[in-house]
Amino acid sequence: MVDVYTFVSGPLAWAAFTICIGGCLYRLISLIVLAYKKERFIFTYMSFSYGLRSIVHWITPFATENWRRHPVLTVVTFAFHISLVIAPIFLLSHIVLWEEAWDLRWPALPDALADTMAVIVIAGCIFFLVRRLKLPEVQFVTTASDYVILAIVAAPFVTGFLAYHQWVAYPYMVIAHIISGEVMLVAIPFTRLSHMVFSPLTRAYMGSEFGKVRMARDW
Amino acid sequence: MTEPAQQSETKAQDKGIEVGISKLDVERIEKVVTGVLKGETGARLKAYVETCIHCGLCSEACHYYLSHDKDPHYSPVGKVKQTLWEMIRKKGRVSPEFIKTAAVIAHTECNMCKRCAQYCPFGIDIAYIISVVRRIIHRLGATPLYIQDTAHSHSVTMNQMWVKADEWPDTLQWQEEEAQAEIPTLRIPLEKEGAEVMYSVIGPEPKFQAQLIYQAAIIMDVAGVNWTMPATIGWDNSDMAMYTGDNELMGRIKRTHFETAARLKVKKIVMGECGHAFRSVYDMGNRWLGWKMPPIRIVHAIEFYYDLLKEGRIKIVKKFDQPVTLHDPCNVVRGGGLGEKSRYVANAICEKVIEMVPNYEHNYCCCAGGGVINCGPPYKMTRVNGNRVKAEQLFSAKTKGAKVLIAPCHNCHSGLHDIVHHYGVGLDIKFFADIIYACMEKPEATEA
Ligand code: SF4
Ligand code: SF4
Repeated sequence: MVDVYTFVSGPLAWAAFTICIGGCLYRLISLIVLAYKKERFIFTYMSFSYGLRSIVHWITPFATENWRRHPVLTVVTFAFHISLVIAPIFLLSHIVLWEEAWDLRWPALPDALADTMAVIVIAGCIFFLVRRLKLPEVQFVTTASDYVILAIVAAPFVTGFLAYHQWVAYPYMVIAHIISGEVMLVAIPFTRLSHMVFSPLTRAYMGSEFGKVRMARDW
Repeated sequence: MTEPAQQSETKAQDKGIEVGISKLDVERIEKVVTGVLKGETGARLKAYVETCIHCGLCSEACHYYLSHDKDPHYSPVGKVKQTLWEMIRKKGRVSPEFIKTAAVIAHTECNMCKRCAQYCPFGIDIAYIISVVRRIIHRLGATPLYIQDTAHSHSVTMNQMWVKADEWPDTLQWQEEEAQAEIPTLRIPLEKEGAEVMYSVIGPEPKFQAQLIYQAAIIMDVAGVNWTMPATIGWDNSDMAMYTGDNELMGRIKRTHFETAARLKVKKIVMGECGHAFRSVYDMGNRWLGWKMPPIRIVHAIEFYYDLLKEGRIKIVKKFDQPVTLHDPCNVVRGGGLGEKSRYVANAICEKVIEMVPNYEHNYCCCAGGGVINCGPPYKMTRVNGNRVKAEQLFSAKTKGAKVLIAPCHNCHSGLHDIVHHYGVGLDIKFFADIIYACMEKPEATEA
């Protein structure tokens, strides 16, 4: 048991982080190289200020027409994405691991808050699942991979939540939590979770086209 | 969880598509699809396809979707699923029947209006994806008949309507003579080198709507504009090749247009009230030729009238007294930011302007643009049924008192005409030039 724990939280974690960061960099660089080779005009039209203008509107809740049209979705999606990123980084028990391994430390969130955030992520996944199953316009374009992605994202938070509360099979839960977290990290660059990396680029490009050429708002 | 009902409308028969696909087999299709996807697309398409999280949030942007009781087949992403995704998934090995459906969807169920790019959180450009599908269809030779015919006309005559070389100056002379009845000194200056403005129009104007050239000549004359029109090819600024995916032809057309302006050494090109031509000259054609922005300044009619009114070069004797509502054409408002200027012009020439909702860059498309109306009579009902939401929008403007609908774009004009007629909206449709011509101060009016 201890051996397994040492392995998944040691070398396997190393591998997961390396693949995640390396994979994202690889995807990003190869996309930029491809653009440079075949669609160099993209760089000509990219505008820092208009790109940023568009991104800022879209990462601000209710700042766009479409966010305003879907108030529930907007609240859920913002709460979900913020929790998804913030909770794992500022969870005390994660920071402790970084401290042990690298002697790095930063302020932690109160456990109760981090716990709530985990619940928000899980609830968000359920919300998205129900949307996929129930709304015809979403269901029509849903593929099997969309469910897999939802499961990949939900797993570390479900297991983490259970491990934290130590309700069932604590040691197994911790190991399941670590492995599922690592699966998610590895999945980021190679599944549609890569929208994390690519969406600022696509948004910035559309923002640039709208700002500079079309002289209209894209939100 | 049920698969939504199939689109109920029966798809129109189209000779161009039917004959086109009859010559295809899976191998040939595979070759063309992979050729286009590998050879002609790059980072954009890759990022769009891989970033799309299948959330459906773009759906409500699309008038087809809204008008078909939210049938997901008509949502922007739904149309991509039925066309490009499938081609990618099957690595191009799709059937001729599939190509037929894809051709109908890409050419007649998307106006490339880019409204959905304002609704997708990631700014995914569905219109661009649809244009890739059209490019594939073009390379497969299965483009709808009517629009392909206009492309052929461009290729042979460098105008959209098979106007022959002698018919063009003849038409101008005819309109000049007509206008001289009103202003005896009026000229339509042909081939005047060094004029400030080259005025260019779309093919249908000399063919069916010569009075628009007449009106433009009167406006130019009264405003004292130093203008000219070419007597040669290059007078037509329209471009259906842009919409059939025939980029090479688009390049030829635009090169001819720009080179004609350069030969005449004009400072700017002023174009009539047309949306797609503006897109071609200002956004698409110039890029294909390697110009970041157009090599010669392009002034759309809206902006031109704005300048003339603002500088007092034309004066309005009596404002148009019927309440108007203003349609924002996608290609010049979402595509060229002319929303404010359009309103300035409307308010300068009309007593009362009633806004339709939504408006500006959020306005609903007319459903004629993007080459859809050019796919001809077989698809008239596709456009009309696909834009019930426009009729509703117009009805509500009418309820607020509007009697006249100003549509400063040829395609919008014709498309809205069909919608207004079919749904019995009862609005009179006009160009800005119609109203300016009727309300402006003209020499004989001052004499009288
Ligand atoms: S018609 Fe307009 S909103 Fe609809 S899919 Fe095409 S570009 Fe998007
Ligand atoms: S809104 Fe954007 S990400 Fe969502 S389905 Fe439509 S195109 Fe894809």
